[in-house]
Amino acid sequence: MSALVEIRGVTKVYERGGHQLEVLHKVDLDIAAGDFVALMGPSGSGKTTLLNLIGGLDRPTAGAVTVDGQRIDQLRGGALSRWRAAHVGFVFQFYNLLPALTAERNVELPLLLTDLGAGQRRHRAAIALTLVGLADRAQHRPKELSGGQEQRVAIARAIVSDPTLLVCDEPTGDLDRETAAAILGLIQMLNREHGKTVVMVTHDPKAAEYARRRLYLDKGTLTSGTDGAA
Amino acid sequence: MRYLPLVGAALFRRPTRTILTLLSVLVAYLLFGLLYAVQLAFQSGADTADARRLLTTARYSIIDLLPISYLGPIERVPGVVSVAHAEWFGAKYQNESNAFPVFAVDPLRYLDMYPEFVVPPAARERFAATRTGALAGRRLADRYHWVVGQRLPISSEIHPKVDGSLAWEFDLVGTLDAEDPAVQGNTDLVLINVAYFDEARLLGRGRTGWYIERIAEPAQAKTVSAEIDRLFANSPDETRTQPEKEFAVGFAKQIGDMGALVTRILAAVFFTILLLTGNTMAQSVREGIPELAILKTLGFSDRTVAALVLAEALCLLLFGALLGLAGATALLPGVNRSTGGRFPPLFVSGATWLYGAVIAVALAFAVGLPPALRVARLRIVDALAGHR
Repeated sequence: MSALVEIRGVTKVYERGGHQLEVLHKVDLDIAAGDFVALMGPSGSGKTTLLNLIGGLDRPTAGAVTVDGQRIDQLRGGALSRWRAAHVGFVFQFYNLLPALTAERNVELPLLLTDLGAGQRRHRAAIALTLVGLADRAQHRPKELSGGQEQRVAIARAIVSDPTLLVCDEPTGDLDRETAAAILGLIQMLNREHGKTVVMVTHDPKAAEYARRRLYLDKGTLTSGTDGAA
Repeated sequence: MRYLPLVGAALFRRPTRTILTLLSVLVAYLLFGLLYAVQLAFQSGADTADARRLLTTARYSIIDLLPISYLGPIERVPGVVSVAHAEWFGAKYQNESNAFPVFAVDPLRYLDMYPEFVVPPAARERFAATRTGALAGRRLADRYHWVVGQRLPISSEIHPKVDGSLAWEFDLVGTLDAEDPAVQGNTDLVLINVAYFDEARLLGRGRTGWYIERIAEPAQAKTVSAEIDRLFANSPDETRTQPEKEFAVGFAKQIGDMGALVTRILAAVFFTILLLTGNTMAQSVREGIPELAILKTLGFSDRTVAALVLAEALCLLLFGALLGLAGATALLPGVNRSTGGRFPPLFVSGATWLYGAVIAVALAFAVGLPPALRVARLRIVDALAGHR
């Protein structure tokens, strides 16, 4: 598999209260297209920071982040927003759905940035909801759904614009074991059957077992990696 | 339009707060609609004034009379196209509270001078031909249930007849009206024929209250006014000539500067709205930061999310303004009925809607721009921290 994500010499330094805090130190990493990578490590190890850099939510202090041949660390403002809209789907621990919108409208959100008409947007949102098993909940609002269902809606929102890369930050951190397994199975299915490249941050070794590869970060440095169950 | 659901989602994140804020904007605009209608009514004389009309009164007081013989010399002043004259009658109908303006006029000269008054041709002819004839404003006729053809008993406060009586009688030969609602406020009057009035009165014969001149070009107003006044300078009856609008503004200010009063009240009302909606917007944006951060994460640009915040403020204020002015529009006919036509007609004009919209947009920018800029500058990773 060719490398979809190439990270070279990436360092990230935050300034907090006048002090400089190095969160990532000269990280090198390749993630192949179609890979499913679990990023693990203790709190403060830099997992989420690395995920943010891969997803184009933040820029490194030094080094290069290349995704699908594009140097995203060199993109600014609107260009970076457009790149995220076209290439990345995000799944967060707390789902982050808009509470006033129905499941269908939440899933439709990324498509508002495309040229698709309302009918086509609805159609695609319906397909995405069907894929995550929530076709019958399209008109429900987040508060009318269980945690697991909310996360399924968030996953449908992440895949509706058919992104290359799925970035998941503790996607099962707020779910019970059984629901978590179902969600992880869904992410695994998207990786295996739909070819989505997945990068997932997790504390949970059980969750990490769903990934093809597990990478460990400690104090801002990649320490080791192992092949997963895949 | 495709982003409208997002604006709606932001507005209805806290429906109670949104509805209460909307109500406060509504009440402010209701007040604006009502007060501005009152202000318009007070300045309707000035607003409907014709830039081609001048008014000549006695130099030192408008209650002093001028000789009717001034008509010819004024007509001959270069730039004057036509001249009319009128005199205050000081009328009461049935009792003291039923007071309205009655002007003694030369019928055709006066009606030609005010083409904004709509008078049926037959009524115009009857008025000119009937020495005891009178034309009444339609609203006035409706109020007192007068019908054309009836005798009109009116008493004057200031003009006794030759026999010393203050009771006069005229023949109602027609009604006058106006199409423009602003002009309608100036039609609550009765016109009587000066030919009969001047002959039948005890005092002041051969004199009139003021002259109205039509000039060819508004730009000539100053020179024509000066020339008219120069004609009668150093005579026992010196004149003061000015554009009709200037006269109307000065006359309205004798009652009080309604414009300044209304402006001050509305400034206080809108300042309160500014604070209220500003606070609401600040709260709304503070609570909505995780959602806005998610939109940015999904690829919405800084400019788009800022525009969404601004659109939220615009919707709130424009919708509140629409409801408030619609409320004022619905209420004013009832207010007009309750005054029994004793006050010029109050209405929400096109200009009121326009000013309302402009104020709403300005307020929306004032309260929406700071949080919009704040959201535009928001760093996604900071905003998402704790909400992932």
